[in-house]
Amino acid sequence: MKNNFKRSYILVLSFSLSLLTACSKNQEIQFKSEGLVYCSEGSPTSFNPQLDTSGTTVDASSHQLYDRLLEFDPEDSQIIPGIAESWRVSNNGLVYTFQLRKRVSFHETPYFQPSRYLNADDVIFSINRWRLESHPYHDVDVSDYPYFVSLGLDKLIKDVRRINGYRIEIELNKPDSSFLANLATDFAIILSKEYAEQLLATNQPQLLDERPIGSGPFSFVSYRKDRYIRFARHQQYWKHDQTIAQLIYDITPSSSLRLAKLMTGECDVMSLPAHSELDIIRDRENLSLDEKPGLNVGFWAFNTSKPPFDNPEVRRALAMGIDKSSILEAVYFDSAVKANGLIPPSSWAYQSDLRDNSYNPVLARDLLRANGIEPGFTMNIWAMPIERAYNPNAIMMAELIQGYLEQLEINVEIISFEWSLFRRRLDSGAHDSVLIGWSADNGDPDNFYRPVLSCAAIESGTNRAKWCNETFDEIIDEALTYSDPETRAALYQTANAIIADQIPLVPIAHAYRFQAYRNNVHNLVINPFGGIRFGDVVIAQ
Amino acid sequence: MSLYLFRRLNLLIFTLFMLALASFGLAWLFPGDYLTNLSGIHFDSPEQRELFATIYRENEGILWQFSAYLEMLWQGQWGQSFSSGQPLNKEILTTIPASIELSAYALVISLFVGIPLGFIAGLKHNKLTDYGILSFSLVGYSIPVFWLALLLILVLSLQLGWFPISGRISLLYDIPPQTGFILVDILSSGLPYKWDAFVDALEHMVLPTLSISIVTSTIILRITRRSVIEVMSSEYIKAATAKGLNRYQVILRHGIRNTIIPIMPQLALQFTTLLTNAMIVESIFSWPGIGNWLLQAIYQGDYPAIRAGMLAVSSLVVIFTVFIDIIHKIIDPRRLYRQRVKI
Repeated sequence: MKNNFKRSYILVLSFSLSLLTACSKNQEIQFKSEGLVYCSEGSPTSFNPQLDTSGTTVDASSHQLYDRLLEFDPEDSQIIPGIAESWRVSNNGLVYTFQLRKRVSFHETPYFQPSRYLNADDVIFSINRWRLESHPYHDVDVSDYPYFVSLGLDKLIKDVRRINGYRIEIELNKPDSSFLANLATDFAIILSKEYAEQLLATNQPQLLDERPIGSGPFSFVSYRKDRYIRFARHQQYWKHDQTIAQLIYDITPSSSLRLAKLMTGECDVMSLPAHSELDIIRDRENLSLDEKPGLNVGFWAFNTSKPPFDNPEVRRALAMGIDKSSILEAVYFDSAVKANGLIPPSSWAYQSDLRDNSYNPVLARDLLRANGIEPGFTMNIWAMPIERAYNPNAIMMAELIQGYLEQLEINVEIISFEWSLFRRRLDSGAHDSVLIGWSADNGDPDNFYRPVLSCAAIESGTNRAKWCNETFDEIIDEALTYSDPETRAALYQTANAIIADQIPLVPIAHAYRFQAYRNNVHNLVINPFGGIRFGDVVIAQ
Repeated sequence: MSLYLFRRLNLLIFTLFMLALASFGLAWLFPGDYLTNLSGIHFDSPEQRELFATIYRENEGILWQFSAYLEMLWQGQWGQSFSSGQPLNKEILTTIPASIELSAYALVISLFVGIPLGFIAGLKHNKLTDYGILSFSLVGYSIPVFWLALLLILVLSLQLGWFPISGRISLLYDIPPQTGFILVDILSSGLPYKWDAFVDALEHMVLPTLSISIVTSTIILRITRRSVIEVMSSEYIKAATAKGLNRYQVILRHGIRNTIIPIMPQLALQFTTLLTNAMIVESIFSWPGIGNWLLQAIYQGDYPAIRAGMLAVSSLVVIFTVFIDIIHKIIDPRRLYRQRVKI
């Protein structure tokens, strides 16, 4: 009698448990290999990197969906052929001729069937979109093409000409030694002109950036904001047919959750591992962690258009009031090098003897009083709500700075809200100071100076200090007219001296770049310039 | 009976009315423009705002405004979300099934575990087994559900790697949503990898289901135990034993039925407790249900979503409770006024 009860109970219990745990692990593994899940940190604003310099947008679009004329070799940062098989530069450095690769197909999807291969028309269409205001697609998005405008590329190019179906010529207004590097960046992608025309005909041009077509290794399938992005293999990809069958971005804003998913195998690759969690990844046998010095800089920029931050002496005092070394330890867990200038040590233009303001609160306080900043002065620090390679925890950094400035009897208000709104408000100049940074898009030092501090970059929204200095602009313009590195490096040292004197921003750190993934993922290489690339990745059985 | 039915329905309508009133009040209490909070639209121009002011009868008395609000609710125009720009009723209709699904499976598990254990404890009343089960249930009852969920993740996922921790199914499987109930959707999808997807969905379900069903199991266990003790000490059981039936026959013929029927509504009502627990657990397991959705709405300051989400969840609970009440009344008409359950 008792036994009967026990038996029936055990039966019921084991049945319900078996229902739940009935899982065939082998089949699961077999299935996972047919796709790769990438835990990314946020939702992209669109699928066209021409429109946005944010790393999240670039990661989700540039190398997955599109091709460029030229590429960077991620190993040695050399410029290598992309869609352009070969190129020639005229003797005066003004005319560039590109011979295009043949038989490159665009994605074939339920919403677009290409009738021809990629040719010169597509390249010209894509360049003219950001270059010419008269272009039918120029004003389709509210974006003002921040990357190209901040570098002045729209003004630099005089004309883009079609020689024949597979050969184009670009003429510049003046020689520019960084021009080829700029064409190889994540932003200089090639769109399909045929698709754009089809969309114009149906009167829905905005879909060009929302439902993208490119010639890259993956085609777009679907996207749900804050949830996921699905990509599928591009069957006619020109480079190879090794591409994984599907690529999925699992949008997971919390870095600890991304790590947890990586540990349980729900993700194969995760973006931006938190610096505090690196040791956990190193300790796990089935996870890999790659590390590389990054071409980036995290800084504290003052809004120089706003008093009292328009006064260089006030900025100097604030810069002297913080101790960078302890910030490096607390925020980056020492996986970064202290920044004295904008350029990181891995660049050829790095100036090793650049002097830095040392931590000196006593002097800082005197300097503040001398410039009319009384005790109890209140300022705000805007801290990015998300992690970036150059600053893994801006809010924590802001709190540390708050502590330092308290000793100078300055009250600090920390402001942080949702990322896209944050950037919009920054553009309008509502901040006193902001903790943000810059990741280089190409190996050229100009890519640090121009977007971060040139006058033109105020307009395009990447100059967060809103600092405009004509002498500085002339120097960096002049540097571009020379192609030998020594002359350029000397000019950049003069530019460094101006920055050190004016302190529009306080450089804080050059962070290492990390990439964490499961051991069965191969050929995933850290791209020192910007976006992640999944095109060559293979998953081992 | 019809009087009872009428009174219940009356209560239902009145409660729903009060809920609608409360959610209407929220639109006033939230910061920002009242019309924006109701419609979810940030007005670009005064003309556009004027248009919505007419729809929501902003310039008439408060009663008219409320009646316009009720009318919009009835028509399914709940406004749109600030963050996604999607109509709210559509968003809620896709998230609520996920929560219901989670709660329903958890309820089934709790019944399978709670009722047999409750029987054993009740039959072994005041013996070691009883005390053992009771203390186990006390532990289960006292553990906060979010903490339990985190413990389960720590041990079963991060340490042992047995179960996934987020979502309803691996994103590698693209299941077209039809009903919103994932298992149903998978089985009706006709995809080639249907069974793999089904297994994967089950694996995803284990931890969230487990963490909310442990608490409910202990409640059900206690309700059952109490009822068993009551029934087993009643006169007709004694009479049956005196007639010469052995213990097994007594329990089978007289015990089980008489124990289960009176506690049926209490068991079913655990569903609402489950639903609230599920809403907490959802955010831990990134389960795409209404709880997770509401939490995101609160985090992002999405006022129309908070208003509509609260209304939807509370209405669901109220309707369900009244429905169970009526069903029970039909099955067991003896008790007009149910005594409250003792745990």
